[in-house]
Amino acid sequence: MLLRHTTDKIKERKALTVNPAKTCQPIGAMYAALGVHGCLPHSHGSQGCCSYHRSALTRHYKEPVMAATSSFTEGSSVFGGQSNLLQSITNIFTIYEPEIIAVHSTCLSETIGDDLGQIVGKAQDDGLIPEGKHVIQAATPSYVGSHVTGYANMLESIVKYFARKSDKLKKQINILAGWVEPSDMRELKRILKLMKIKNVLLPDTSDVLDAPMTGKYEMYPKGGTTIPEITSMGDSLFTIGLGEWATRNAAIMLDNQCKVKFDIEDLPIGLQATDRFIQTLSKAGSVSVPESINDERGRLVDVITDMHQYFYGKRVALWGDPDQLIPLVEFLVSIDMKPVYIVSGTPGKEFGKRMEKILEERVPEAKYKNGANADMLLMHQWIKDNPVDLLIGNTYGKYIARDEDIPFVRMGFPIMDRIGHSYFSTIGYMGSIRILEKILSVLMDKEDATCLEESFELVM
Amino acid sequence: MHIDHTTMEKIIKERSTQVHTIGTSAHDLDCEKKSLAGSVSQRACVFCGSRVVLYPIADALHLIHGPIGCAAYTWDIRGALSSGPQLHRLSFSTDLRERDVIFGGEPKLYTALTELIEAYKPKAAFVYSTCIVGIIGDDVDAICRRVSAEQNLDILPVMSEGFKGTKKDGYKAACDALAKLVGTDNEFQAPPFSINILGDFNLAGELWMLKEYYEKIGVNIITCLTGDGRIDEIRQAHKASLNVVQCSGSMMHLANEMKEKYGIPSIKVSYFGIEDMADALYEVARFFKNDEMLQQARDLVSEEIKTLLPALAPFKEKLQGKKAAIYVGGAFKAISLVKALRLIGMETVMVGSQTGNKDDYNLLKKLCNEGTIIVDDSNPNELSEFVKEKGVDLFIGGVKERPIAYKLGIGFCDHNHERKEALAGFEGMLNFANEVYASVTSPVWKFFKR
Repeated sequence: MLLRHTTDKIKERKALTVNPAKTCQPIGAMYAALGVHGCLPHSHGSQGCCSYHRSALTRHYKEPVMAATSSFTEGSSVFGGQSNLLQSITNIFTIYEPEIIAVHSTCLSETIGDDLGQIVGKAQDDGLIPEGKHVIQAATPSYVGSHVTGYANMLESIVKYFARKSDKLKKQINILAGWVEPSDMRELKRILKLMKIKNVLLPDTSDVLDAPMTGKYEMYPKGGTTIPEITSMGDSLFTIGLGEWATRNAAIMLDNQCKVKFDIEDLPIGLQATDRFIQTLSKAGSVSVPESINDERGRLVDVITDMHQYFYGKRVALWGDPDQLIPLVEFLVSIDMKPVYIVSGTPGKEFGKRMEKILEERVPEAKYKNGANADMLLMHQWIKDNPVDLLIGNTYGKYIARDEDIPFVRMGFPIMDRIGHSYFSTIGYMGSIRILEKILSVLMDKEDATCLEESFELVM
Repeated sequence: MHIDHTTMEKIIKERSTQVHTIGTSAHDLDCEKKSLAGSVSQRACVFCGSRVVLYPIADALHLIHGPIGCAAYTWDIRGALSSGPQLHRLSFSTDLRERDVIFGGEPKLYTALTELIEAYKPKAAFVYSTCIVGIIGDDVDAICRRVSAEQNLDILPVMSEGFKGTKKDGYKAACDALAKLVGTDNEFQAPPFSINILGDFNLAGELWMLKEYYEKIGVNIITCLTGDGRIDEIRQAHKASLNVVQCSGSMMHLANEMKEKYGIPSIKVSYFGIEDMADALYEVARFFKNDEMLQQARDLVSEEIKTLLPALAPFKEKLQGKKAAIYVGGAFKAISLVKALRLIGMETVMVGSQTGNKDDYNLLKKLCNEGTIIVDDSNPNELSEFVKEKGVDLFIGGVKERPIAYKLGIGFCDHNHERKEALAGFEGMLNFANEVYASVTSPVWKFFKR
């Protein structure tokens, strides 16, 4: 038993986090920045932060992840990191030649009081930023929020820096993507194409973190939202933010700065959330829903129909980020499963309210918690107290899956021990079919492996 | 510098002294420098150094005092195996929040530590300071002393604030913490011919193989620092007659301290490749001036070689003349790798490390052929330029180098945390050959133009 040290007795913990269901802001800022074309993320702090984030992203995507660091020393922590950042900006534009440097702070630089805005301003005044190149910055203190907050903060900074209102309205809408996979970004673009809606998707990590093998190493792969695209977001008709936690700040920024109205929708995971997304799209783009999309919906409903007996009453434990968990839990409830335990390390009161609404009628026994001490130890203790049939979450659930012998579907960040997430989307109607496929596969694999010989079935 | 013009341009000017081409560079290789601000360095921080060194101690608590990231990113990433407890594979954090940063993290540390000890009843606890702990001025030492007195347990602060140097300084902070444990059990009587193994972390179970070799030649191992480590064994480490140190970067500091305090001499060894592995056994036998032991070591080596060399032969035939690039954490390991690669017919044309010192690099200069590029604290751009220029077939590195090598269409072998097979010892040499062969000759490289 790998987690042999875990007991089923739940003791109130005040200060201790065991096996976290979150990580810190800067990695989110790094991921968001990678979805902008020609952008090099820059970590303003100690070298370790940058190294850890790059390693973590590389483990998840199996791709090179480039980012620079201010390489803080003892001196910088006393005198401030300004000279490190100024030197960094010079060096980066000389050596690595990005279009944009996206600087995010760290707990260290925040605590010593470095003001990124002021330092970048000084770099501009001193002429360190070459003509036509850009330095953007976001404050991402690691002791506030979680990795999702860092993503949201960088997204907001990107929009703030580049989006401009001209006097010419553009017949396009903005899609602010929550923290999803390159495959999901690709799927979003496909759906919008089917709907015949012109759009700008920001960020867009497809063709960056799922780059094809060419025998060449490209420091800046071909993907990513371009600067003219982001600039034009200020002239769009409307903004749809996908995910309360990840996109609201950026949507508000666009509204304040360029008067582009917005709507925050759940990530289109599952039937109902995708329905809402498609409706919002149809309204925002003034288009009717094409038959092809309706057919996809029909296929999803068909799969649910065919297999509903296998979903009924199955108890599920989930962990991850609120933006994913909310529509996913809603989806599971809609197919008659019982999401009984839900944990997210990411704070935010909205989480509890949404969960309550989704769960109160069909799964009143459900337990959910987010923020402080909402970690994998708590989840495990709940499971030990009363087991579940299925786990859904990131790789860190594999210890529980093995120790308790529970079928496990990997979803979320990070996934370090399986592939597929970069290539097969889990959003929209088609993505939802994939979720069902994965759920059914692990449930049926377990049934096949453990049922009595006489009840072993060929047809399921 | 023997590198062509375009490559030269890509090397940051200030870094040019940290790149050396054997035979053509006039200057000595510069090392142990701070990284240039703004570089895409492959290096990590002080905390990382401490964490990886102490991580394998399996019956201790490892509490990370700081915001959540430092704990999240180092949760079970090392592949350091334990034959018993698995406490080290859990992730414990004080998860400092804004409030704690403003008002101080001491109360939270005190509570977390107390909660942890009551829940897990460990043999000892390590408390790691991260960047902001130093800045907000938490007296980690005092909290550790207080809880230590209350719980009657050794609680060792590890002063590993990320910005206070390089990964190497983190090794030192870890050694300082270990030094406090060593020598705390005086009851123990060591058997004759006792050694400590320093600097093996039991990745993929390598330590277990080494233990078997040493035991076969009549050597007793008191403790391994820190692979498959146990607190009670570490307390007895001062009873050994000899410290056998691998990965000198991480553990030499402790070895020196034990020499000073307890008069225990140390030798530097490596367990990679046949020559170095055999020497690691011979050196110990010679130290004990024991002919029987030396003979047993010789017998063991010839026995192992008898099966190993024929097993390596087909790999060598296929790999003959292929070129390798090495970029690892410590340069001492690189030296062994150059030799091990030679054994399977491969030539090293580029070799570098994150934290090598002058001695290591001088050894590499002597060992490698003319034209070989030696590099300190490199970055992806440089590495990819060198690799392209030299026409490399294999890259040996860690997690951040793997995808770059693959994108360039080059085979790869992880000689770091993510190794899946034991690479040390005689058995490990065969695994190494097999892994290198599988990657270098993979059919996938034919599916696109390099």
